[in-house]
Amino acid sequence: MREVRPVSGPVAAPPLAPAGGRPADRRAWLLREGWTGLVLVALIVGFSIWSPDFLTKLNWLNTSSTATEVLLLALGETFVIIAGGIDLSVGAVLGLSGMAGGRVMAALMSGGTGTALTVAAGFATALAVGLAFGLLNGGLIARCHIPAFVVTLGTLGIATGLGNLIYNGQEISAIPAWVGAFGNKNLLGWIPVPVLIAAVLCVVTGLALAKTRYGAYTYAIGDNREAAIRAGLPWQRHLVKIYAVSGLLAGIDGVLVMSRLGAASPTSGVTDNLNAIAAVVIGGASLFGGRGKMIGSIIGTLIISVLLTGLIIVNVPPYWQEVAVGVVLITAVYIDQYTGRLRR
Amino acid sequence: MTSTATLSVCGVSKHFGGLQALRDVTLHVNRGEVVGLVGDNGAGKSTLMKIIAGVQQPSGGHVAIDGEPAVFTSPAEAAAAGISTVYQDLALAMERDVVANFFLGREILAGHWLGRQLGWLDRRTMRERTARELAQLHTRIPDIGARCKDLSGGQRQALAIARASAWCERVLLLDEPTSALGVEQQREVLDLIRRVRDLGTAVILVSHQMLDVLAVCDRITVLRLGAVVASVEREDVSADDLIGYITGSKVGPARASSEPGGAAPGDDAPAGGPGAAGPAETDGE
Repeated sequence: MREVRPVSGPVAAPPLAPAGGRPADRRAWLLREGWTGLVLVALIVGFSIWSPDFLTKLNWLNTSSTATEVLLLALGETFVIIAGGIDLSVGAVLGLSGMAGGRVMAALMSGGTGTALTVAAGFATALAVGLAFGLLNGGLIARCHIPAFVVTLGTLGIATGLGNLIYNGQEISAIPAWVGAFGNKNLLGWIPVPVLIAAVLCVVTGLALAKTRYGAYTYAIGDNREAAIRAGLPWQRHLVKIYAVSGLLAGIDGVLVMSRLGAASPTSGVTDNLNAIAAVVIGGASLFGGRGKMIGSIIGTLIISVLLTGLIIVNVPPYWQEVAVGVVLITAVYIDQYTGRLRR
Repeated sequence: MTSTATLSVCGVSKHFGGLQALRDVTLHVNRGEVVGLVGDNGAGKSTLMKIIAGVQQPSGGHVAIDGEPAVFTSPAEAAAAGISTVYQDLALAMERDVVANFFLGREILAGHWLGRQLGWLDRRTMRERTARELAQLHTRIPDIGARCKDLSGGQRQALAIARASAWCERVLLLDEPTSALGVEQQREVLDLIRRVRDLGTAVILVSHQMLDVLAVCDRITVLRLGAVVASVEREDVSADDLIGYITGSKVGPARASSEPGGAAPGDDAPAGGPGAAGPAETDGE
């Protein structure tokens, strides 16, 4: 493509807008993006006052591990939803990835122990399964023009079924002990390895979304696909990439969950996909595409996780967590629409 | 045809099955010139635009760039030949800011390895160039960090035109750029079209608004039932004349000879007679 035409003649200095935007914009931003952070802080403060067991190392380790499981799916789902799609399959792909990895490790073990190669083969299998399902989703959606809801509902079923078929619906616990040690190792006593991995992935995906062409394409395709096509964006290839990343993150998540449990379970992740979608929407992404931020999805995930562990600690039946997540989800979308009207 | 106009449409016809949407249409436009294209719904304006923009291919005749016949099998080929189009829907991403829309599909990557390997954007350069291009056209978009949905209709139109103009080497096609705007905004868009013209772009303006066409165009071509019924200098016509040509109550000169040798034999006002096949309703309005 051609460069910008050189400006001829004297031109007034460009009226560059300050990076932060106008004060009114910042207020709108605080109202729109900031309030979920306030909800999170309020939840943490509230639970801390309610129970002395909340602000403890044990609960930090517990909550951060819970959050990691949903978080990895939410990171991939953020790209998918901003691009105007939906991925219902990630939870099931998480479970299937773990089962496939566990099955490979169990098969390669001899005499109850596995080598580093065994573990590597298992992990690689899990990641490959996640990536393959992502590519399948993306290919069917972008190339065959089947709606994302239909495709990923289908692969949700396929992955769930295959996950159960691998070991007849049973857990696989005969995996190298190193896997469990890896998943439960706390660096400096406070930072579980899966949490560290999730934190790194948060930074990488957040920067990719906000600062790179990959992110710009993602927003553009979800915002106005026709405009993106006319502008010559490789939209089909990009959609395949987005679903592939979502699947790969589900595969990584499968490894982390298996490592934390010390076993592969076909029921891992069954509730995670809806929680991940809820987290992304609570974080301000629009299911119509074009809008959302990674920090929002991260905060949304933390709200859901804090609700779960907090309610358990204060002895409220944990089923209330699902109720609470539902209430927060609907409230979040309502507030988003309300502030949207205010700005117009 | 010996025309070396920036863009020439030479005897172009288009059939859709038995329907004849365009018959032997000829027009040309030069750099620094605005040519109006008017006609009633179904007269063939949109079909002609689509052929120029490479969306459709002519059944007969051809399009020429700088006198060289050009065949566009896709919009990308027309764009590569220097033809940009602003459609009525503007093709803006409403949740994205002005800069992101300006560079949609043409993002500038940073020069360091992050840019080359990972597609890291050079937002600063993108901001500066957007501001410079918009300032050059005197568009009234005060905050290039504003999202498109927060812009007025006139500002959106200005952004779409400025973007197309910035990436357009030869010809800018504008489809009804003033139709959805208020009076003041219409005037601003017309000023913008003049500035784009003054930068040396050839502009084709498709419009239903006779006053806009008369205000900004150097020449005006009228389509009726798929054929050119008048091609006139602006000074020679009134809005009533144009409406007469459009509705068929007035038969006009097929072409004002604004360019030597521009008039080809045999295209004198083939005003669609009553027996002619009806034109295809291809206008997307």
